Amino acid sequence: MPHPDTAPQDTAPQDVPPLVRMRDIRKSFGAHTVLDGVDLDIGTGEVVVLIGASGAGKSTLLRCVNGLERIDSGEIVIDGRELRYDEKSLNLMRRRVGMVFQHFNLWPHKSVLDNVTTAPVKVAGRDPRQVRDVALELLDQVGLKRFADRYPMSLSGGQQQRVAIARALAMRPKVMLFDEPTSALDPELVGEVLAVMRDLADSGMTMVAVTHEMRFARSVADRVVLMADGKIAEQGPPTAVLDNPRSERGRAFLRQVESV
Amino acid sequence: MSVLDGISRSLPLMLEGLKITLSLAALAVVFALAVGLVVAWMRMSRFAALRWLAQGYLALIRGTPLVAQLFVIYYGLVTVVDISSFWSAVIGLTVHTGAYMAEIFRSGVQSVPKGQTESARSVGMSRTQALRIVVAPQAFRSILPSLGNQFIIAVKDTAVASFITVPDLFMQAQKLAAATYEPLTYYLISAVYYLAVVMLLTALLRRLERRHTRYAI
Repeated sequence: MPHPDTAPQDTAPQDVPPLVRMRDIRKSFGAHTVLDGVDLDIGTGEVVVLIGASGAGKSTLLRCVNGLERIDSGEIVIDGRELRYDEKSLNLMRRRVGMVFQHFNLWPHKSVLDNVTTAPVKVAGRDPRQVRDVALELLDQVGLKRFADRYPMSLSGGQQQRVAIARALAMRPKVMLFDEPTSALDPELVGEVLAVMRDLADSGMTMVAVTHEMRFARSVADRVVLMADGKIAEQGPPTAVLDNPRSERGRAFLRQVESV
Repeated sequence: MSVLDGISRSLPLMLEGLKITLSLAALAVVFALAVGLVVAWMRMSRFAALRWLAQGYLALIRGTPLVAQLFVIYYGLVTVVDISSFWSAVIGLTVHTGAYMAEIFRSGVQSVPKGQTESARSVGMSRTQALRIVVAPQAFRSILPSLGNQFIIAVKDTAVASFITVPDLFMQAQKLAAATYEPLTYYLISAVYYLAVVMLLTALLRRLERRHTRYAI
């Protein structure tokens, strides 16, 4: 059994470099320090769930990975390439990093199918007909093929979020980031989105998810990372972190979550 | 003499004027759309110099009367280049309307939630692609009503061109009023022409708006 503080051996052997490597990430908004020296590696095929109280820096860390937020200092390496902030490098990097947002952010003026096909065609320059087939397949995977010609506003939140997942997958990313993907959903719609995420994890996709769904973390995550005050307070296999937190921060957070 | 008489007798002159009024409005609006786009883009630019330039232009145009702008352009340009009163009016109206268009475009872009740009950028779109593919179409829908409003204002603003001797609809009314000593009749008649044009434009704009609000359920 590896020490819970190291990267898990079963999914990321030491000789294979991590898919995402973050070193000493620091980020402030004005006088407020949001990330205070975070080191995190994500192995290929690994599913990592970030938990922690609101304001702990989880979402900001996630947004730093695909450059939606710019780090003040530190180093981010994705798939062997260091993250740089010039337009060209950013745009190329983002093709390999999919992101799913709390509020879906589908494009309301485009049909469900066009939401999925636009980036592969216009950004990656792939063949439109081929992309269309792939998009319909992806929509089928998330159970929404028959809604392909509808517009996002006519779908439920859960359906919209599943389209958003298909949209991100259409770029064939190497890693998928989920920023509280179920937080904006009515309770009865959470399950369908988590099911899609579970399928994705089973298919071997590398995933980093910020979520408050502890059941999901427990059953799908390879590793749970608990953040507090812009630092990683604790990390390890879900059972270790969620059942026997060693840090005071961890115990306090889990007491709060469980008392709900 | 009855008003009906006046309408039929003034018809040829008024139609001449109407042609010029409509040409003025159409040219000014088309050019102003282009000016507005460029200025709005400058106004939201990352480069401070461009933002200041745009802000200066907006402050100047919105802070001075249209008549004054037209006079400055008419009497100012004539000293530099040989330009007709008609084209002076087109330039003046373009410069004037363009400022308002710019502000409309900016408000449109800012009405689109930030998350739309973020999701566009997150799939690898460049800044320009995100604007063109995701933000602009949505902004366009939200500004259609104000854009239409500005078109209507531009049509009526053309009347100011008569001050710099452009023989537009209003100029014709002035001439007829002076010749017949019946100012009320001919100014009222000219008002009817403006009203008809604006009503037609309003109907067209309403149809355009209806066609472009499909997705907003």
